[in-house]
Amino acid sequence: MHMHKFEKIWLIFGIGALVVFLSVVGVSAFYLGNKPPSCLTTIDPEKVDTQAPFDKPGLNKVEGKEWDYELVYVASAFSYNPTEVEVPLGAKVKVMATTKDVIHGFQVAGTNINMMLEPGYINEIVTTFDKEGEYLVVCNEYCGTGHHLMSSKIKVVK
Amino acid sequence: MSSQTTKLKVDPRDGKLAMAHFYVAFIALTLGGLMGLLQTLVRSGKFELPWGIDYYQILTVHGVLMGLVLTTFFIMGFQYAAISRTAGTHSPAARRIGWIGFWVMTVGTIMAATMVLLKEASVLYTFYAPLKAHWIFYLGMTFVVIGSWLDGAAQIMTYARWRRENPGKPSPLLSFMAIINTVMWIVASLGVAATVLFQLLPWSLGLVDTVDVLVSRTLFWYFGHPLVYFWLLPAYMCWYAIIPKIIGGKIFSDSLARLSFILFLLFSIPVGFHHQLTEPGIDPAWKFLQVILTFMVIIPSLMTAFSLFATFERFGRSKGATGLFGWFKVLPWKDARFTVPFIGMASFIPAGAGGIINASNQMNQVVHNTIWVTGHFHLTAATSVVLTFFGITFWLVPHLTGRVLTKAMNKLAIIQGWVWFIGMAFMSGAMHFQGLLGGPRRSAYSTYGDSAQAMEWIPYQIAQAVGGSILFLGIILMIIIFVNLAFFAPKGEEEFPVGEAENLDEKAPMIFENWKLWLGITAALILFAYTIPFIDMIQNAPPGSPGFKTWGSW
Ligand code: HEM
Ligand SMILES: [Cu+2]
Ligand SMILES: [Cu+2]
Repeated sequence: MHMHKFEKIWLIFGIGALVVFLSVVGVSAFYLGNKPPSCLTTIDPEKVDTQAPFDKPGLNKVEGKEWDYELVYVASAFSYNPTEVEVPLGAKVKVMATTKDVIHGFQVAGTNINMMLEPGYINEIVTTFDKEGEYLVVCNEYCGTGHHLMSSKIKVVK
Repeated sequence: MSSQTTKLKVDPRDGKLAMAHFYVAFIALTLGGLMGLLQTLVRSGKFELPWGIDYYQILTVHGVLMGLVLTTFFIMGFQYAAISRTAGTHSPAARRIGWIGFWVMTVGTIMAATMVLLKEASVLYTFYAPLKAHWIFYLGMTFVVIGSWLDGAAQIMTYARWRRENPGKPSPLLSFMAIINTVMWIVASLGVAATVLFQLLPWSLGLVDTVDVLVSRTLFWYFGHPLVYFWLLPAYMCWYAIIPKIIGGKIFSDSLARLSFILFLLFSIPVGFHHQLTEPGIDPAWKFLQVILTFMVIIPSLMTAFSLFATFERFGRSKGATGLFGWFKVLPWKDARFTVPFIGMASFIPAGAGGIINASNQMNQVVHNTIWVTGHFHLTAATSVVLTFFGITFWLVPHLTGRVLTKAMNKLAIIQGWVWFIGMAFMSGAMHFQGLLGGPRRSAYSTYGDSAQAMEWIPYQIAQAVGGSILFLGIILMIIIFVNLAFFAPKGEEEFPVGEAENLDEKAPMIFENWKLWLGITAALILFAYTIPFIDMIQNAPPGSPGFKTWGSW
């Protein structure tokens, strides 16, 4: 099987670019800690309301952790609890969420906070809110007739 | 043509079965297109659906008809005809199996569609548990998959006969490519068959109370990514092996074309986690491993791009074109069989770049489940693939019905291609931008309580409605052309173009036809990518989920 010289050059260049690209993505994920949300903790979806931390949805100050606050959400068709929170500017926050019924999405529009909520699993992401303003939280996975009405609000304030 | 079994015309008995597939495909396109138009109109905020029809009901119809029915029926019809043309007329036994496959798929489609119309299955075409549809919907889906296996079996039988009759010879390129795609489809659809048969059907029938959601999704996406390659490879068949003949050039390299198809088979399946990157319950190391495997398909994609442009350039130079891009001008732009697929090919450049962004591990968080993704696959599937399918229709349908593509229809076909391109530029472009601002996909019109961010999205949704209306015009033009070619065009002989390789002395290595080897590597890669995370999922499974019906009834 014969390969044209230009095609070899083209493929070597392409594969080289691929290696560089994957290295950048890999280093960012595993050395700089930018892994996609992948929490492995499970929970009984029928007992969400009685289990910590989901028995206290909202912003909770924590001590002795890498983050200052835990922002806890419980999703169910077609709302988030809480429906609105205020977060102090510059706070390092661990967002933790789960669902009581079907699959939902959890995206804070205009940020990189975007994760799937699946029954039986907790999902989480650590982030710093470093821009003042009002952010819309939307459900971005179809969950039923009211899917496009399912939202919440995060106000980042001084 | 070297082999005696190769006939220049598809046998009319095979043509009839291929046409049966195309009728269903184009009915799906018509109805699905109407739903698409309605979706964009609803999302513009200026229009509401009448008679209590629900947005998500029509979205389910659109996704199922366009993503599953149009594609599967067209592909099976096309591949069945391509094998008949290049490996010889199907045997009566193969043809009978093909017909059974066609009817099983059609009955399955009708079952699923009925449940969606009755509001018993507004679960979208991905039917994620624990949304629970009526069991007839799942059974219908099972029929579609099983029917497609029978259709595939007919193709494999004819390929196997050719191999028996031509020992030691590489099979005809188009047949080889079709079989690769069929094999990939069968291996991939085992995943969706498993979740439907062992999880969703028993659960919707009430035989079991709960379902393991993550396992079901993982099985779905084991199927879902190769699904998109199943759509794409027939387009590549046209680009690699048919377009060269249409323009009057040669296939750049027969062997490299086969090699790239084998690479697609190997690297299309063990990669489903790139659709689950932001999900809980899957270790990030396994996600990243599948990201690496995902990116391996860039290699055959680069090979494809190279060989297509090499074919074009060599053809142009043989026509006396000079300069770096002189060949571009001498391409047969007035021939719809070339121009319309070419628009598809060109769209694949931005579409592929978008795909790289989507699959980039943590970068996925920026776009996951935003309307950007919808913009992305309306470029890949609904432009690159669909315009190539239209390009195939322009000669294959008259070839099968004993008619010809007239000058007037050819002209209309070119207009159709550009109308589609313009409509899609608006719709897909606006979807990409809105997605970057955070606008969610699969969502009816909403201002989210007049939130300032959501208000910024509305102008983009209006642009999508403009694009959608232009696209719908494109669909009407396409239906006019199809009906003309199927029933009204003048009788005559339309060619089924099959390209020849530039270097006929270079025989493709026989190792390419060694199915034990390729299936073995395919299975090994799948086991490597999936076994451990799958065991983890089952061992650490949370309590199962009961079913939910979170949408209204009639
Ligand atoms: C008239 C042409 C078309 C229009 C106006 C159109 C419009 C749309 C819109 C607006 C959506 C997204 C709605 C949402 O996320 O809420 C959508 C989704 C979709 N479209 Fe199209 N589309 C067209 C043609 C096609 C074609 C030809 C295909 C397939 C090859 C296709 C496949 C899909 C699929 C698979 C979805 C996803 C459904 C889902 O998320 O469940 N579309 N389309
Ligand atoms: Cu939702
Ligand atoms: Cu994919």
